[in-house]
Amino acid sequence: MELTCLSKGDGFHYPPCHMLNLCGFRILIDCPLDLSAITIFSPVPYDVGFEASEYPSSDVSLDAQNPIQKKQKLERQLTRADLVCAEPWYKTVKALHLWEASLIDIVLISNPMGLLGLPFLTQSPGFCAKIYMTEATAKIGQLMMEDLVSMHKEFRCFYGPGDSSYPGWIKDLDSQKVPALLKKVVFGESGDDLGSWMRLYSLDDVESCMKKVQVVKFAEEVCYNGTLIIKALSSGLDIGACNWLINGPNASLSYVSNSILVSLHARNFDINGLKGLDVMVYSDFSCLQSAEVTENGCISPNPDNNYLSTISIDNKDEDLAASLLNTEDSLEEMEKLAFVCSCAAESADAGGSTLITITRVGIVLQLLELMSDYIESSSLKVPIFVISSVAEELLAYTNTIPEWLCDQRQEELISGEPWFDHLKFIKDLKFIKDEKIHLFPAIHSPNLITSWQEPCIVFAPHCSLRLGPSVQLLQRWRGDPKSLLVLEDGISSGLALLPFRPVAMKVLQCSFLSGIRLQKLPTLISILQPKIVLVPDAVSQRINLSEMKINSILNFSENKTLHVPRIADNSSVEITTDLASKLSWRKLRQRENFGIARLKGELQMEDGKHRLVTGLEQEESSGKARPLRYWGTVAQEPLLGALLKMGIKGSIEHSTSENGSENSMIHIANPSRGLIETSEMCTAIVAEDENVAYQILQGIDEVLDGI
Amino acid sequence: MDHVGALPYFTEVCGYNGPIYMSYPTKALSPLMLEDYRRVMVDRRGEEELFTTTHITNCMKKVIAIDLKQTIQVDEDLQIRAYYAGHVLGAVMVYAKVGDAAIVYTGDYNMTTDRHLGAAKIDRLQLDLLISESTYATTIRGSKYPREREFLQAVHKCVAGGGKALIPSFALGRAQELCMLLDDYWERMNIKVPIYFSSGLTIQANMYYKMLISWTSQNVKEKHNTHNPFDFKNVKDFDRSLIHAPGPCVLFATPGMLCAGFSLEVFKHWAPSPLNLVALPGYSVAGTVGHKLMAGKPTTVDLYNGTKVDVRCKIHQVAFSPHTDAKGIMDLTKFLSPKNVVLVHGEKPSMMILKDKITSELDIPCFVPANGETVSVASTTFVKANASDMFLKSCSNPNLKFSNSTQLRVTDQRTSDGVLVIEKSKKAKIVYQDEVSELLHEKNHVVSLAYCCPVKAKGESDNDVDLIKQLSAKILKTVSGAQIHESEDCLQVGSFKGSLCLKEKCMHRPEISSCSEAVFLCCNWSVADLELGWEIINVMKLNLDNTCKVKGDLL
Repeated sequence: MELTCLSKGDGFHYPPCHMLNLCGFRILIDCPLDLSAITIFSPVPYDVGFEASEYPSSDVSLDAQNPIQKKQKLERQLTRADLVCAEPWYKTVKALHLWEASLIDIVLISNPMGLLGLPFLTQSPGFCAKIYMTEATAKIGQLMMEDLVSMHKEFRCFYGPGDSSYPGWIKDLDSQKVPALLKKVVFGESGDDLGSWMRLYSLDDVESCMKKVQVVKFAEEVCYNGTLIIKALSSGLDIGACNWLINGPNASLSYVSNSILVSLHARNFDINGLKGLDVMVYSDFSCLQSAEVTENGCISPNPDNNYLSTISIDNKDEDLAASLLNTEDSLEEMEKLAFVCSCAAESADAGGSTLITITRVGIVLQLLELMSDYIESSSLKVPIFVISSVAEELLAYTNTIPEWLCDQRQEELISGEPWFDHLKFIKDLKFIKDEKIHLFPAIHSPNLITSWQEPCIVFAPHCSLRLGPSVQLLQRWRGDPKSLLVLEDGISSGLALLPFRPVAMKVLQCSFLSGIRLQKLPTLISILQPKIVLVPDAVSQRINLSEMKINSILNFSENKTLHVPRIADNSSVEITTDLASKLSWRKLRQRENFGIARLKGELQMEDGKHRLVTGLEQEESSGKARPLRYWGTVAQEPLLGALLKMGIKGSIEHSTSENGSENSMIHIANPSRGLIETSEMCTAIVAEDENVAYQILQGIDEVLDGI
Repeated sequence: MDHVGALPYFTEVCGYNGPIYMSYPTKALSPLMLEDYRRVMVDRRGEEELFTTTHITNCMKKVIAIDLKQTIQVDEDLQIRAYYAGHVLGAVMVYAKVGDAAIVYTGDYNMTTDRHLGAAKIDRLQLDLLISESTYATTIRGSKYPREREFLQAVHKCVAGGGKALIPSFALGRAQELCMLLDDYWERMNIKVPIYFSSGLTIQANMYYKMLISWTSQNVKEKHNTHNPFDFKNVKDFDRSLIHAPGPCVLFATPGMLCAGFSLEVFKHWAPSPLNLVALPGYSVAGTVGHKLMAGKPTTVDLYNGTKVDVRCKIHQVAFSPHTDAKGIMDLTKFLSPKNVVLVHGEKPSMMILKDKITSELDIPCFVPANGETVSVASTTFVKANASDMFLKSCSNPNLKFSNSTQLRVTDQRTSDGVLVIEKSKKAKIVYQDEVSELLHEKNHVVSLAYCCPVKAKGESDNDVDLIKQLSAKILKTVSGAQIHESEDCLQVGSFKGSLCLKEKCMHRPEISSCSEAVFLCCNWSVADLELGWEIINVMKLNLDNTCKVKGDLL
């Protein structure tokens, strides 16, 4: 088994990407897009003269105020003019381009964000891998790709049809004058990222990509090529997001991607399904992004380290699980959501609008729910707008997948409520005049202007602030100090907000949990008890895992291939009882406990198991097959006796060969002449007559064990 | 209903406390149906109640909801999985596996796509046993469309004549299917007559249908994006005061079979008018008013409390039921090809006919156990063994054997190089044949055959290289498919090696050949090529005889 980390990703929107070699099959896990990279492009200017005239001197004055920066001419501050004015290209995983697409056997997509780069891959010539993802991931991912394409259309309209094969905008970036930050995004740290930039796919590409996908149900087991059994288990990150369990004939493996142990909306991390496996690939890099870690440097594993070790001695799984599944984190998340709501309400009170650019499905759903409850219970009369080409379908879809929701929301199903409350406001209140949540596919929708009123709360993509309706709204409200912009963590707000500077509106950047907290990793591992754990070296540098009672912990790093030793010594084979009863068994001479038999039938691979089943062969004519391999030594006297019974007479003669080893010969005189030459390791039968030779062989069968 | 009716009694009164699994729709709809059932039993019929509302609530809390194809490990041994059955919303077939033995249990299922539900869908599994419903064991139903049209025309005729149409139905499935039909038809024909649902249950069930859209048919799912097919445009809530309201209408009322409750009450009022229509979907249990109406054309019907009602309205029987027919059962059985079949539910004579059909046509043993009877069938077990890498490696290469007795036969004998070794109280092992001795802590002993064979009389002029070539050409002629490697003074076929023997006296030359001054080929070969070796020796002997003969003739 081999693991290569192609990209460690960056937060929720850019999940890690791995290549796994298992049982000779090449498995790609996730195929994301680095959407934060499109911040180097300038958004489509909607205001006439927005670019040039409105704030003509702001950037210059900014430079003038800072004498130090003025001196460093090469490292000058990035300005709005530096942004690339061209139709954006999209950055894919660089290392993936080094692999031959036609040699990939399986693609596993663990969440909708990991799907965004897939159309690029499926277009490559010779691509024929089987693609697995959960039904919810496929649906939500497809909607997100369609949304991306439709948002991107604005650029196409603005810049016109360009040269599709060569990114002309890159030419201008190669000069000395270009700020380092920008260069770093475009060319990468090592300067070779250029090849990873791709022109966006079309709707047709998305459709043809999705046609190649095989969707799996929640916790469904699918069998690849009879060899690997693949199962998607909920990871808790979001609706449809999963960890993978792969069972092969030699080993079982789990791939744990960014996960949330206790989720507020989605099905929790499935712990039981991942227990006691051979290999666990832990690829949750999220802890590297979270601020607490970078501030404190290295976290000392856990204050409750002692507690942990005492418990693991007692082996109380439930206690451990309980400590893992405490609701502390989810309460914290709840507080964050409530805080966003209260901020929005505050600015609405003051007469300002709120623009929420968060695109995480789960967070949006929860915010919508909280927000509408919040507004209903208060005296505020602010409408909520959701502007997205796919919002309506997405929201409707999330109410049809009970299997992906947390227990509490599933309970609501029993009582007949929609499990996301927002539906109540959209559907049922349609007949009432003061509808609370309005869904519009685009900012230029005909009904939008009639129902538009400010202040309002708007959910609009995209979080990069380059695409979609958020751009226009931001340009509208940026000068209003009463308004609020809610940004998602993970994008650099400096670069993202650059084209909109100066920004007078309040900016709230919130980070939501997008992975397992580092402190919980040791507990998680001690519950799951894998034989081998693969951990990113960046993670193991931050937390001491060496005290864990695990057979081995291996570290992997980006763009290096890690070989994982084999775990089981022997592979298992199942033999049908039918066939086993047909085998001809031999007893061994001095070993009564043993029984041996030569195999027949056909060895097949079924459900990830080697199976020996009755083959097509006809019954062999001779009842008992002759042994082909012998062991032990030939005792002469008994052999002579055995031969005598068959009417063959012989005499023994001992001799010592030149190299000193003992040889003995049995001369056969009757019925025809022959010779049996034996030594410790071998016996040669010399006879002119075929029948005599055959009889001698039978005699040997009687004194020697063989098969 | 028939599958979940006693569950609260079982868990709350009998005290069952094991796990309970249900599909999501079943879990959502069961409490409603149970409550309805309890009410009908207690409030309307005055029977003693078997369980209370609290029992229902507590019972449902213990239920674990599962999704289609979700594989659940119930405990160490038992694994279960649900497959789509399409009978009613949420109906599933259950696959269960313990060790190597596997069964499928299916209650009601539907092998044809419905207007709102898909056809049953299951993987081709290896099964020891299939337990199947056989309600319509001898019925074979044709296309549904003519009967759908009949139904629509009957209802249309009734409302066009100003009559009221009553459709007594259970909440699930039929009501939705018929309502979709009607709604569609109303739309097409531009009919403005109201369609009502009796309060409560049916409306709520429709709401669940909307949410559980992923359990409906492909056709419905696709429409869901643009228009929810369960958002019936013409359907309204029924109010008790509307019973006597003038003008035509269509009413779906619970329960079905006209056994009690609201549907019976409406029937009482509407039955006397010849303008009206009662459309009975599906099966009615003997003794119910529904059954009486279907059995003949009664002019009066006894209600349960002794009152009589004149029946002058029209009666229409809707004959498409979501139970599978005989063809469906045969299709499923054929598709799954289980080792055994057990039929449950249905009338004994028709079940016996179906049993004979399965036994004769599909050649699968079939059982029809009576209540309380136990059937035993053999289950699959595998002998498990650890295999060595060498064996698996050898199995990955073909090992073709050609035999040429009457016609050329090719067999792949790669597994026969493997040896199964069983030691008492230890797991069986499979090793490559060369590894056996190591496993037994013994040393290999090579047994081979040897013979120094005279091939040619000496003294002739042609040299030895030609001799080897001659021989190999002869061997090739007789021994089919032999691959001969030859060099200056030796030749090799498989394990058979022969080299020119220049020794005066060779150990392997048991007799002095008749041609005293001969050229010898010293041969040895392993036991595996026993026959091959002798075949070659015989060729060479023949060759010698011929040359001797020629020589003799010459002399």
